[in-house]
Amino acid sequence: MMSDSPEFNQRSLSKMNASTLVIAGTEFSSRLFLGTGKYSSGAVMAQSLEASGTQLVTVALRRVHTDGARDDILAHLDRNRYKLLPNTSGVRDAKEAVLAAELARDALETNWVKLEIHPDPKYLMPDPIETLKAARDLVQRGFVVLPYVHADPVLCKQLEEAGCAAVMPLGAPIGSNRGLESRAFLEIIIAQSKVPVIIDAGLGAPSHAAAALELGAHAVLVNTAIASAPDPIAMGHAFKLGVQAGRIAYESGLAGRSTNSLAQATSPLTAFLSESQS
Amino acid sequence: MPAPQILSTGTPVTVTVNDKPHTLAEATTLAQLLASIGLSAGQGVAVAIDHAVVPRSAWSTHLLADGDQVLVIQATQGG
Amino acid sequence: MTFVDVWKQHDFAEIGRAIQRKTAVDVQRALGRVGAGLDLEDLAALLSPAAAPFLEQMAQLSQRRTVERFGRTMQLYAPMYLTNICANVCTYCGFSAKNRIPRKALNDAEMLAEADVLQGHGFDHVLLVTGESSRYGAAYFSNALRLLRPRFSSLSIEVQPLTEAEYAGLSADGLSAVLVYQETYNAEVYARHHLKGPKMDMAYRLETPDRLGRAGVKKIGLGALYGLSDWRAESWFIGLHLRHMERSHWRTRYSISFPRLRPHEGSEIDITPFNERELVQAACAFRLFNLEVELALSTREGAAFRDRALGLGFTSMSAGSRTNPGGYAGETPSLKQFDIDDSRSPAEVAALLRSQGYDPVWKDWDSTYDGNDVRAACMPKTQALRGSALGSAR
Repeated sequence: MMSDSPEFNQRSLSKMNASTLVIAGTEFSSRLFLGTGKYSSGAVMAQSLEASGTQLVTVALRRVHTDGARDDILAHLDRNRYKLLPNTSGVRDAKEAVLAAELARDALETNWVKLEIHPDPKYLMPDPIETLKAARDLVQRGFVVLPYVHADPVLCKQLEEAGCAAVMPLGAPIGSNRGLESRAFLEIIIAQSKVPVIIDAGLGAPSHAAAALELGAHAVLVNTAIASAPDPIAMGHAFKLGVQAGRIAYESGLAGRSTNSLAQATSPLTAFLSESQS
Repeated sequence: MPAPQILSTGTPVTVTVNDKPHTLAEATTLAQLLASIGLSAGQGVAVAIDHAVVPRSAWSTHLLADGDQVLVIQATQGG
Repeated sequence: MTFVDVWKQHDFAEIGRAIQRKTAVDVQRALGRVGAGLDLEDLAALLSPAAAPFLEQMAQLSQRRTVERFGRTMQLYAPMYLTNICANVCTYCGFSAKNRIPRKALNDAEMLAEADVLQGHGFDHVLLVTGESSRYGAAYFSNALRLLRPRFSSLSIEVQPLTEAEYAGLSADGLSAVLVYQETYNAEVYARHHLKGPKMDMAYRLETPDRLGRAGVKKIGLGALYGLSDWRAESWFIGLHLRHMERSHWRTRYSISFPRLRPHEGSEIDITPFNERELVQAACAFRLFNLEVELALSTREGAAFRDRALGLGFTSMSAGSRTNPGGYAGETPSLKQFDIDDSRSPAEVAALLRSQGYDPVWKDWDSTYDGNDVRAACMPKTQALRGSALGSAR
């Protein structure tokens, strides 16, 4: 055993390094969160969720059709198994987001909210200014706020300071399946953050999810990659394995790159120390 | 002094529900309105009137007034 | 949560033992992760005996990373001792209250005389140092800052721990940075060396950087007094402290200094060995652990050592230092806090830097936009000679 200092290694240097993920006092043993959009049917969705082992799923809110089809998503979601995280998708500014959060709180009896404000309907990029504004307001109103934002390290610190329970920076544009395109900034966010970092959006393959966990992210949120897969149930299972692999690797200590190629100094920098021992 | 919502002459009340006009009998409660469109508490439903949430605990007593803009949302699929 | 809560989670002796158990494989892993982000386990590996054979590799990496981040520059600063009056009895310090030495606190005219000398050398960044006395507290520092602010772009202080409100007030007076060395992170050792006075309160001192962060002070200097205890564990705790501070006060810059126990007037105490090779190992370990932290090399170290070590990770150096109040103007024979080993003049040090391909920087760029540019309103003759109101890089 390479590292034979059990006391030192088991001593948790930070709560967030423990295997169980804690967000706002709630424990999660699965670090894979799922979205519920884009599934072909409620039944397929339910089976995919089960295969993924997830413990938290997002839902959206929409205006009911006063005539005709009803949404029965709750009929397919066992609230004893899954914590529901309503999102504010569809709102365009902080004011609308606050109203959406209040409606969600009443509709679903949860004060958790995924704050999501994209005034841009084409690329669905999150609005940082309205998000920070809404986050401050919602925290004051007693919500557990999980804001979805661009991978902006300063913004994430501002949201943390505002009292958000976690931050959710995006890996790549929603639905793009491009993976950790914002990797360099996610690294900074993870290094600086005192709250859990949940990478959301753009993860297209289990290897992306594994990479996110290896980077030190505390969880990932995946929707399109599973829901739109030819076999969503199998893909849900594959993501579960990817997330587990990434987290175990991270916790056991990943090796670094062995090629830290050193320019050969013309003369050794520390030779002068041999003589002096003072 | 009677509350403004109680109309003595039985005049119908017109509200919008998700921007669609609905004409209601006088003294209709929010719960009754929702029931008329097949909704009730426990289905992931919430209501705001003129941008203010009316909690489900108040649905059976809240009387709708003429001109109310009622927003009814329900939980649905989403990421 | 302040650093005291974090500090309490770790046992000093156990940390020391854990560091001893690190292996060459641990060291290699840590070296491989430079750039990707090292954690506290990696720091422990780099501080361990197992890292000693890798020192050359660490030094090369450290030098390269430092130049990448800071450029081929070296900040120069000078300490200005304002008082040697101290209420504490600390076994290791020449200013200890029980030492019968001439005590001195500079008045305005004397401070300005010191400032004249330092400006003549070209310094634009001065560190004001005092003993720890309630008679010379926030009001005295506030006056000193306002007096000296027109003369220097950056003013730092190394004084007794103050309250958050006092630090905020001094920031408004033009304070750039505060250095507060913990001396030791080992509670038992701390108690043994701090025998009398307010400094006995270890927790208050431990929380000082947090108060500084909350007060919005722009730069905070950490450090331990090497020689009091196991240098590896002390260094690890400095790393722990730095990590806590960066996470909690992310708008602040940080620096680490390496004060080493040196001969002085006062009690003879047991010094735990910490030699130059180990100092280089500690400095390189910090650099690899944290690519952005500033590392300071003082004139307590000898000239030959400083010449060879300055490029291995350090970003700032003092030069031509006098550690007694009034020492620059040369009027009062007050006692020095410690002996200087590198007694070269600032001009000589600057020349030495240039000969090694480093650009001496006399100014800590920090202060330009903080709204405290009092200098524009007040232009002493020496400033006019040296250039524009905004000062110059040298």
